[in-house]
Amino acid sequence: MNTHHRLVLKDIRIALAGSPLLSLDAEIGPGEVLTVMGPSGSGKSTLLAYLAGFLAPAFQASGQVLLDEREISRLPAERRGIGLLFQDPLLFPHLSVAGNLRFGMPRAAPDKAGRVEAALAQVGLGGFGQRDPATLSGGQKARVALMRLLLAEPCAVLLDEPFSTLDRPLRHDTRRLVFDRLREAGLPSLLVTHDREDAEDAGGRIIELGF
Amino acid sequence: MLRLAPPLIVALLVGPILAGLAMALLPAFGYLPALGGERLSLAPWRELFAQPGLARSVAVSFASGLLTTAVSLAVALAFLAGISGSRLDHWIRRLVAPLLSLPHAAAAFGLAFLMAPSGLLARLVSPELTGWNRPPDLLIVNDPRGLALMVGLVIKEIPFLLLMCLAALPQLDSERRVAMARSLGYRPMTAWFKVVVPTLYPLIRLPVYAVIAYATAVVDVALILGPTLPPTLAVSILTWFHDPDLSRRFMASAGAVLQLGVTAAALIAWWCLECLVARLGRQWLARGGRGKGERPLRLAGKGLILFTTLTAFVGLAGLALSSIAGMWRFPDALPQSVTAAHWLRALPSLAAPVATTALIAIGATLFALALALAALENEQRSGRHPAQGRLLSALTLLYLPLIVPQIAFLFGLVVVMESLGTRPRLWLVIFGHLLFVLPYVFLSLSEAYRRFDPRWSQLALSLGTSRSAVFWRVRLPMLLAPLLTAGAVGLAVSIGQYLPTLLLGAGRITTVTTEAVSLAAGGNRRVIGVWALVQACLPLVGFILAVGLPRLLWSNRRGMRGSP
Repeated sequence: MNTHHRLVLKDIRIALAGSPLLSLDAEIGPGEVLTVMGPSGSGKSTLLAYLAGFLAPAFQASGQVLLDEREISRLPAERRGIGLLFQDPLLFPHLSVAGNLRFGMPRAAPDKAGRVEAALAQVGLGGFGQRDPATLSGGQKARVALMRLLLAEPCAVLLDEPFSTLDRPLRHDTRRLVFDRLREAGLPSLLVTHDREDAEDAGGRIIELGF
Repeated sequence: MLRLAPPLIVALLVGPILAGLAMALLPAFGYLPALGGERLSLAPWRELFAQPGLARSVAVSFASGLLTTAVSLAVALAFLAGISGSRLDHWIRRLVAPLLSLPHAAAAFGLAFLMAPSGLLARLVSPELTGWNRPPDLLIVNDPRGLALMVGLVIKEIPFLLLMCLAALPQLDSERRVAMARSLGYRPMTAWFKVVVPTLYPLIRLPVYAVIAYATAVVDVALILGPTLPPTLAVSILTWFHDPDLSRRFMASAGAVLQLGVTAAALIAWWCLECLVARLGRQWLARGGRGKGERPLRLAGKGLILFTTLTAFVGLAGLALSSIAGMWRFPDALPQSVTAAHWLRALPSLAAPVATTALIAIGATLFALALALAALENEQRSGRHPAQGRLLSALTLLYLPLIVPQIAFLFGLVVVMESLGTRPRLWLVIFGHLLFVLPYVFLSLSEAYRRFDPRWSQLALSLGTSRSAVFWRVRLPMLLAPLLTAGAVGLAVSIGQYLPTLLLGAGRITTVTTEAVSLAAGGNRRVIGVWALVQACLPLVGFILAVGLPRLLWSNRRGMRGSP
């Protein structure tokens, strides 16, 4: 899984109904985490939606998003190769744990069952494949969500205050695990948060969005 | 493909209605070349106004539209205002919900069995209280003022309006509003009427108008409970339309146009009432009265809703009882013997209509579900939401088949089909049902579809899944429960349809409903009991599936048991 991807955000400007909301210029190398901080209403989530391909039509955006030198800002979300981690783990409730992990795997991936089991074992959840995700604890769900993201083999990752719904000590451990894995996988990551602890766990550069 | 769904829906709903109205309007002024009417004239109208009792028919139709709606709305609102979360309240709400799936005709039969001079109520109090040893000669059902008709409609419209209110309330944050008003010293019910109703009413205005339109022009309930000499306007029109003398069709067309006018007049009258109430209400709101003496109102709301609900259920029990009754002499409250003979005799003739009913209902519902899903999925993908202008008007058009009286346009639609040379076929009836099934399926499904957390599909897309795969693998399975509920609503609406089956099937396609209603005139209670009971039970099958199937499929998925 050790690949080298690079995410470049060139002169990005997002406006809502003509009034500018945010502008950003940044480069994230393989395994690096860039943290974007700001109070609510500063456009953090809008930035994330723009990069992932879900910007609401009411917004106007300009600039270039280069992933491995490929301009992706005009591509549909499913072809961008950008993975997402939300506040909640969001495990599909109608699938088993293994079903969730398989969901994002490329169709042609060889030995899916073996890779799913290996991924679970890596985060200490060996043998959990057939479980109902609703029966997992918060920390377990978070780990499954992380492995689902990695098995989908994204080229970059966006994190939206990940796992802020977890209890404080657990949140810290889970975040460390997440950032370690992302670094290991050599993925450029962008974290948006309003929580300074998040930023400290990420251990990368911090950009503050203001009004 | 998907982008075509909204225009297709609008065309499917609006096209037939406009065509039908046009073909009611032209013959109403004497133009129908197929029957020799080549010149415009006012003769059909002269003939119509010469009909004895026309004024009375019109008056009953108009009054039943307004009174039914006013009473149903008042009871539903009074009940909601008095809800305190007690066990009785929960119990009432649970009891009311299945009434929504009960076909109008079955509810009407149940009521007729209860109230008739020889009905269950008279038997319970005779001869001890009344001294009646034989059924009294009273016109309780089919009374000339249409009161029985209105009661029958109220029983069905209260659950409808109540559930419409319950669907709209979560948007209003009513509990906190009431809490705020109560902290300012308002009594709970006064608080509810002052801070919730003014914003609730606009959300349920269209369903209220649908009730008015329905009650002014209903045919099946009027055939069972309504006055006979003269009948309501809609029933008269139907009789003229089916008159062997084809030239009466011109008059029938004029009647259909008149019906449109009566419904429009009732809607306008209601709108004027709305304005009046709003004006008076503003003064009442601003005057700052905190309310006292709420107890009677609360009791009235609870009592009336309980009364109408129990009436419906006891009526059904009466139907069941008479369908298995052997000898049952008048003042006896219970039959002397019980027999399966009526059922056994009816069974062979039940099979075909039940199969036809199911086929039509399933066909119309599947088609409606596909269209509604396509339109909603298109909305999701284009990121355009109904609040943003254009789609709002399209949504309003969904109500058109519910607000234009059935008899006014169906009847012209038959003329259109006849002039196109189309024979009555099953698909035509299915299409006719679709007009009424689609709005309800769409309304029922759109709520869940639009509320579905967009992060699920964003997440699936970010995992590299295509848009159509997201629909099939995420949205559809996760929305299975609301989808099945919408399907059950569609089935119930279709099963209850009388007029579209009768008119578009030209009387040659028999469903359980057409058969049951046609038995009304015969007055054989045992047979009516069997058919009305079958009619009442059929929609339940859909709802049982809608509740049971997700539980079965997701028995191993705890996260799917609540609503998503």
